[in-house]
Amino acid sequence: MTDRTMIRIDAVSKFYGIYKALDAVSLTIGEGEFFSLLGPSGCGKTTLLRSIAGFETPTSGEIHIDGVPSVMLPPNRRPTNMVFQSYAIFPHLDVAENVAYGLKRLRLSREDEARRVGDALEQVRLAGLGKRQAHELSGGQRQRVALARALVMRPKVLLLDEPLSALDKKLREEMQVELRQLQKAVGITFILVTHDQYEALALSDRIAVMFGGKIAQVATPKEIYQHPRTRKVADFLGGMNFLSGRILGEQAGTVSVDAARFGAVNLGKPPGFTAADGRVTLGIRPERLRLLWDDERAPHELSGRLENRAYFGEVTHLSVGVEGLEAPLSMVETNSYGADDLPIGAEIRLAYDPDAFVLLAEDPPVSRV
Amino acid sequence: MSFLTQRLRFLPWLPAYMAVYFLFLYLPILLLPVFSFNDAATTTFPLTGFTTKWYASLAGNTAMLEAARNSLVVGVCVALLSTVLGICAARAITRYRFRGQKAAAGLIMSPLFLPEIIVAVSLLMIVLAIGLELSLITVILGQTVFCVPYAMSVLVSGFEGFDRSLEEASYDLGETAFGTFRRVTLPVVAPAIVSSLLVTFTISLDEFILAFFLAGTSPTLPLYIWGQLRFPAKLPAVLALGTIMIVLSIVMLTLAETLRRRAERRTRMASAPPQEA
Repeated sequence: MTDRTMIRIDAVSKFYGIYKALDAVSLTIGEGEFFSLLGPSGCGKTTLLRSIAGFETPTSGEIHIDGVPSVMLPPNRRPTNMVFQSYAIFPHLDVAENVAYGLKRLRLSREDEARRVGDALEQVRLAGLGKRQAHELSGGQRQRVALARALVMRPKVLLLDEPLSALDKKLREEMQVELRQLQKAVGITFILVTHDQYEALALSDRIAVMFGGKIAQVATPKEIYQHPRTRKVADFLGGMNFLSGRILGEQAGTVSVDAARFGAVNLGKPPGFTAADGRVTLGIRPERLRLLWDDERAPHELSGRLENRAYFGEVTHLSVGVEGLEAPLSMVETNSYGADDLPIGAEIRLAYDPDAFVLLAEDPPVSRV
Repeated sequence: MSFLTQRLRFLPWLPAYMAVYFLFLYLPILLLPVFSFNDAATTTFPLTGFTTKWYASLAGNTAMLEAARNSLVVGVCVALLSTVLGICAARAITRYRFRGQKAAAGLIMSPLFLPEIIVAVSLLMIVLAIGLELSLITVILGQTVFCVPYAMSVLVSGFEGFDRSLEEASYDLGETAFGTFRRVTLPVVAPAIVSSLLVTFTISLDEFILAFFLAGTSPTLPLYIWGQLRFPAKLPAVLALGTIMIVLSIVMLTLAETLRRRAERRTRMASAPPQEA
């Protein structure tokens, strides 16, 4: 990954009639970066990806690809290639013919073409399957063919539209690892569209979370998970306990907040923070709460009653009612110590770290017209 | 096994019903070849002996050959015309969303449900009103109207699963619009197109009512057969001709259905994974 900009998106908007699919989106993506567009269905992530590929023409704004203004360029004249959600394997061609499809127009010598196809198939670990017909392939293999067919064109940017969503969980996790290795090996920019937050967290150098045609936050996986800027971002990226708190005082970079039963906590002030009426929303991730067993003590603890639990194999999700809090707290415990056997209604104590709280800004109102 | 299929096994009269049904449907057609090889001018049992002379007599029958040539010309023209129109209609139906789409599809299909004789009479009235001379051309036009719905149904099932991203993938890989049509669209839907050509040709070959009203002085094969029925002595030759036409129709329709299924499989396969908006 270098510091060179590969994609620069300037105030791109896209209207379908009066429906605003993209609302003045601006973004820069670096050369060799693995970048994810994450968001729920209809948030505009696919429209943005298709605008980069050239299948959608933005209503306004500009997209520079490697310094070239590109909104008016058709897909076949952009240095981008795409892996489609349905893979779009040509059904009348075999694997090698699929991969060679785009090379035909380059009029390479027969040897060069065969070598590039062979290399591409090797890269996605499909060597030797060139003669397979499309309908003889498994879902994972089709995905690899789609990858090889795009990479063989040596694009500057590879666009991936929910490439793993059709695969079952086990295969999806394997492909995630491979996709990351592949990106490291070829060293080009990958832009992934996904609605799976774990996929985005596991794969990306940076993530843009989108809601309602706008980008809510762009950050590294760790940053975006640990310091989500708004309530919706926090919620979309995983479990979160939301609390309302009252501002006690504001300093230069921090705010101290009365977090109900958690006492006073000091929090980093997010950029552009304002709290007109002194009320704020705080969040703490379930895994930052820890069950205290027997006589174990912690500097910061709270007691409550187990209201519910759900068994997930390696972990148990606990729901703990605490007096003075509006909603029960969710927490996650590994099953090494018997959290899965706690009786409902048990009085329990839990430990928390006051530094684990995040201050969440209000989400901007969503308007798509 | 579902509740319903289990129940069906205990309906004892079902096999008998099926036997009667198929007998009624196919026995008359089976009699056709039987009598066409029978060495007698009457179509009664017992059979008197095996002969191929009725088939041989067809070869020297210039009126029949002329009618066969007419049918071939009409059939080929109708197949091409209605398939081309059917491609346009099927593509519009499967690929685009527009106001009045359902109504348009319904109107195109309507000749299937209108009484054919009424369609024929109205076409005749229009053809005479605009002063066209009745000829094979008027037959071709009339039968095309009648065949477009068949062509469209066959083609829609071939196009339906055609994943738009196949064409997008082709553009994305550097191909032009024309190149994409030639290298992706056409090969993928080719079986459906061939199937449509075969189906419409077969329908045209057998079609009587429209041809009867619109043909003027140049008969097609069904018209020729109709004319021959007045002469009892010529019946065995007609049966021979009918046998040939049936065999031809069955072969072509089987081929058409095989191709249609292949087209369907191809396009379905290409868009197998579920779509998320």
